[in-house]
Amino acid sequence: MIDTDRRQTKRHLTQLQVLEAEAIYIIREVVAEVENPAMMFSGGKDSIVMLHLAAKAFAPSAIPFPVLHIDTGHNFPEVLEFRDLCVSKYRVNLVVGSVQDAIDRNVVFEDRSGSRNRIQTPVLLETAAKHGFNALMGGARRDEEKARAKERVFSFRDEFGQWDPKSQRPELWSIYNAQVHVGESIRVFPLSNWTELDIWEYIAAEGIGVPPIYYAHQREVFERNGMWFAANNFCQPTANEPTEVKSVRYRTVGDATLTAAVLSEADTVEKVIEEVSVTRITERGATRGDDKFSEAAMEDRKKEGYF
Amino acid sequence: MDLLRFATAGSVDDGKSTLIGRLLYDSKSIFTDQLEAVERASVSMGAEYTELALLTDGLRAEREQGITIDVAYRYFATAKRKFIIADTPGHIQYTRNMVTGASTADLAIVLVDARKGILEQSRRHAFLVSLLRVPHLVLAINKMDLVGWSEERFEEIRDEFIEFAAKLDIPDLTVIPVSALTGDNVVSMSDNMPWYTGTPLLNHLENVYVGSDRNLVDGRFPVQYVVRPHSNQFHDYRGYAGKIASGVMKVGDEVIVLPSGMPSRISGIDYGGKAVEEAFAPMSVTVRLEDDIDISRGDMICRPNNQPEVSQDIDAMVAWMSDEPLRPGQKFAIKHTTRRTRAFVKDIYYELDVNTLHRNEGASALQLNMIGRVKLRTTSPLLADPYSRNRETGGFVLIDERSNATVGAGMVVRA
Ligand SMILES: Nc1nc2c(ncn2[C@@H]2O[C@H](COP(=O)(O)OP(=O)(O)O)[C@@H](O)[C@H]2O)c(=O)[nH]1
Repeated sequence: MIDTDRRQTKRHLTQLQVLEAEAIYIIREVVAEVENPAMMFSGGKDSIVMLHLAAKAFAPSAIPFPVLHIDTGHNFPEVLEFRDLCVSKYRVNLVVGSVQDAIDRNVVFEDRSGSRNRIQTPVLLETAAKHGFNALMGGARRDEEKARAKERVFSFRDEFGQWDPKSQRPELWSIYNAQVHVGESIRVFPLSNWTELDIWEYIAAEGIGVPPIYYAHQREVFERNGMWFAANNFCQPTANEPTEVKSVRYRTVGDATLTAAVLSEADTVEKVIEEVSVTRITERGATRGDDKFSEAAMEDRKKEGYF
Repeated sequence: MDLLRFATAGSVDDGKSTLIGRLLYDSKSIFTDQLEAVERASVSMGAEYTELALLTDGLRAEREQGITIDVAYRYFATAKRKFIIADTPGHIQYTRNMVTGASTADLAIVLVDARKGILEQSRRHAFLVSLLRVPHLVLAINKMDLVGWSEERFEEIRDEFIEFAAKLDIPDLTVIPVSALTGDNVVSMSDNMPWYTGTPLLNHLENVYVGSDRNLVDGRFPVQYVVRPHSNQFHDYRGYAGKIASGVMKVGDEVIVLPSGMPSRISGIDYGGKAVEEAFAPMSVTVRLEDDIDISRGDMICRPNNQPEVSQDIDAMVAWMSDEPLRPGQKFAIKHTTRRTRAFVKDIYYELDVNTLHRNEGASALQLNMIGRVKLRTTSPLLADPYSRNRETGGFVLIDERSNATVGAGMVVRA
């Protein structure tokens, strides 16, 4: 068809190039408009892509802001190792807010379930306040979840870090409003318009490294609520949950007590892309125990100040 | 693969959610866990079939109040294209939401119910699409199953719409008869409407040619950030980072920097840390110049023989988005490209009735969701083009200086 031929012409950008240009623009806008920004960085794939984009945005300068990790203490060691590797590769300053430390100080209390997802939020707010961060960039994507589908790229948070879905600032063209009063802040999502598949295609196109647990490997796992959990310190099988060694990989990396693996043979980035493009289950649905509790779980947590 | 951003608009119950649900479902972009949740919800509602509309169901805050508050963004891809849908609710806050969704759209789908035909709201939606300069419009005439798949009814609605659209500036209009519920003409050709010779909706979305919608003629580079590495290796490096708003930039091009008017030449373009020979909209790059001139954020690099207006007097169409009305005499912060300054409202020429396109010349204020032509005076000049020529350098927002809220969206008519 003619259309297809014309589209091959010069000066055409692929969807990845358009998304990249948009994300770089957003990250630069934060640095230009906000005094003291930081970027959330966990060592997970989305945050690695975001940090890679930040490096491109300011090259050949160094990344002009610190990265912030809220450490639940429930980590996959491979991810923590990768986090530190990236920090030294990109020569950024790492700020850590420790949930364990906050528990020890009696600032937050651990859930009976052992999940530290909910209590991350006060630690995030406390750490951001301590360092005076008034803009935090996060790697959340709108395709992940329906509360996120309605959140702005520049998302205003009041002095308690709370999101109010009913009074969001209209966001037009590529004009973003980062203006806040003292005490208020902005959460910024440069990857808003990316999907899980875009992330993987970009990882492949740019040759970006990610922690090995994103690729298929042998692991001792057990089944719980239809999901495969690794048997480790954070997550012990009960007597009637037999463990077996299976080929698995992780699609998301969160709190190690809650994040499940998926059965997979995809041990290269190409195979992961193939798997992601035919999968019929969302990333969160497949691997997160926490979002299943209620339909509106994410919405509630965001209102409290969660990312 | 390339990217198409489209917005959807329709009145309540025209079937917008069903249509989007159908597009997602039939293009296999719905995940089983999402579908299971919808099936459960349909059963508990007592529905006889799976309500695809629930796939795009919003926040609990919205369900509790039975309204849709906000624009929602949704994603799907086919083998040909990746799509971003800005799903704008039709009822409440329609102007604010539609203007927001349409501002970045390459295409808009306006939905009508075949039984009801063109309503006042359909006209309003079409008008907003033309005001925001969305280059492609699809009129989807839905619920064709409920009018017996009638070709006559289709033609009647189509002709009425075309007559109205002639008063607007709509460069490309396509009219498609569909049934979102049964899927006819959404993803595959309908057997029920053999008289329809066009393509199904999804096919149109996959193939509509948007390459020429980009402005690659007027070179406009708003400087976003000055890159100056404090390192020995790049001791003398000074680059201007930004996203090319329109046009093409090449190494060796003669340029002029606004508002100072200083001439120079492009000595290098860096794209993600690598040097390239040329770059074009909408790439994010870093540009280096031969001469050491004073340039800061908000300045614009363009070509000597093709410049925007440099002006403090701006005539613009403004869509008002705040409960507190816009009145002459007020001051706002204004953000236009990467430039921020202040604007004083000198006059409201008229308020536009978006249903009849009638100009109400006596208006003393612009209320929430109203659109009017306004005269502004800015404290420092804007580097602006008419919005009709350039969406990137013709659009601006007004910000309340006390609350910091975004209160208005402006489109430059004359600078
Ligand atoms: N018969 C028929 N019903 C439809 C069609 N499209 C939507 N509906 C129904 O119309 C009602 C409103 O649709 P919905 O998608 O919620 O409308 P919205 O308010 O525009 O999002 C629902 O009960 C749908 O099942 C169609 O093409 N034919």
